[in-house]
Amino acid sequence: MAELAALLPVLLPCAAALAGLLRRVDVFAALTDGARRGLELTGRILPSLAVLLPCVAMLRASGALSALENLLAPAAEALGIPRETVALMLIRPLSGSGALAVGGQIMASCGVDSPAGRTAAVMLGSTETTFYVLSVYFGAAGIRKSRHAAAAALCADLAGFLTAAWWVRNFG
Amino acid sequence: MTWAWTLLAGAAFLFAAVHGRGAAAAAALTEGARSAVELALGMLGTVMFWSGLMEVMDRAGVSDALGKLLRPALERLFPSCREDGELRRDLSCNVTANMLGLGNAATPAGIRAAVRLRRHAGGDTASDELCRLAVLNTASVQLLPVTAAALRAGLGAENPFDILPGVWVTSLVSVSVGLLAERLLEGRRG
Repeated sequence: MAELAALLPVLLPCAAALAGLLRRVDVFAALTDGARRGLELTGRILPSLAVLLPCVAMLRASGALSALENLLAPAAEALGIPRETVALMLIRPLSGSGALAVGGQIMASCGVDSPAGRTAAVMLGSTETTFYVLSVYFGAAGIRKSRHAAAAALCADLAGFLTAAWWVRNFG
Repeated sequence: MTWAWTLLAGAAFLFAAVHGRGAAAAAALTEGARSAVELALGMLGTVMFWSGLMEVMDRAGVSDALGKLLRPALERLFPSCREDGELRRDLSCNVTANMLGLGNAATPAGIRAAVRLRRHAGGDTASDELCRLAVLNTASVQLLPVTAAALRAGLGAENPFDILPGVWVTSLVSVSVGLLAERLLEGRRG
């Protein structure tokens, strides 16, 4: 399983290029167009990161984050969730760049391949900025009463956090 | 975000003042600003490479193939798209672009689908189908979690992409639970 997962990122470029050739796509132009989009995307999040990360770092250094973790750790640990990821779970549905800042901080301070660091990465990769997405979609469609959409979406987030912790605990 | 940021900065100041950690917090501030740039630069190459690759896959027709594969599931989740071909195309484009991590393509298609779904239901209350569309988009269904892997790569992970199996299982569980919760909550409110 681990070997297969390791080979996938190597297989994909080759497979994608071959598929593109077969369909007569200008593969290199598509690559550079996509890469330019990636550059713009990273450029767009850098300003938010630059104002959010100092805030997160101060919260860590001042002891405010540890206080929050201590408060919520008993509940999190009973569910098998690493205490360091508590803040990430709180900010994830609210702010994408905030979650990136907190997640990066967890990975850097606990170790990127530590259980907490890996759990943070899986959480980041398998969830979305729930409230932002809800406001974009319902705002654009002119929906005022969202009924059970937020509740169902938060159930999905919670299930994602629990599964991420469970997976890393059992399979690394 | 303004309120959240102010609250966080206030909390940091309060705790630093009470615990006498002013110097440490001030050092963390500059360190944090510096690490924001490091983080973004560390991610940049990986994000660019995989965005390029996803673009190739999209142009090579992978999205269309995925769309065909997902058609039965989409028609079950969104019965209105059986009669509305336009809606089906938008929904399919939204879901497959999300799976390939092409946020730029996913959002406009998703919004078009949301507008059409609202027209089917009428009024300013979200229909069950609209709630389902929201759940599909708030629970990430990305095949390659590029941002998370790029973050790992930038911080020197041994194998940035080895979180893949975990992300797949987690995404699947989270989307299923979201859709199940949607179904269970349908009758209760509205």
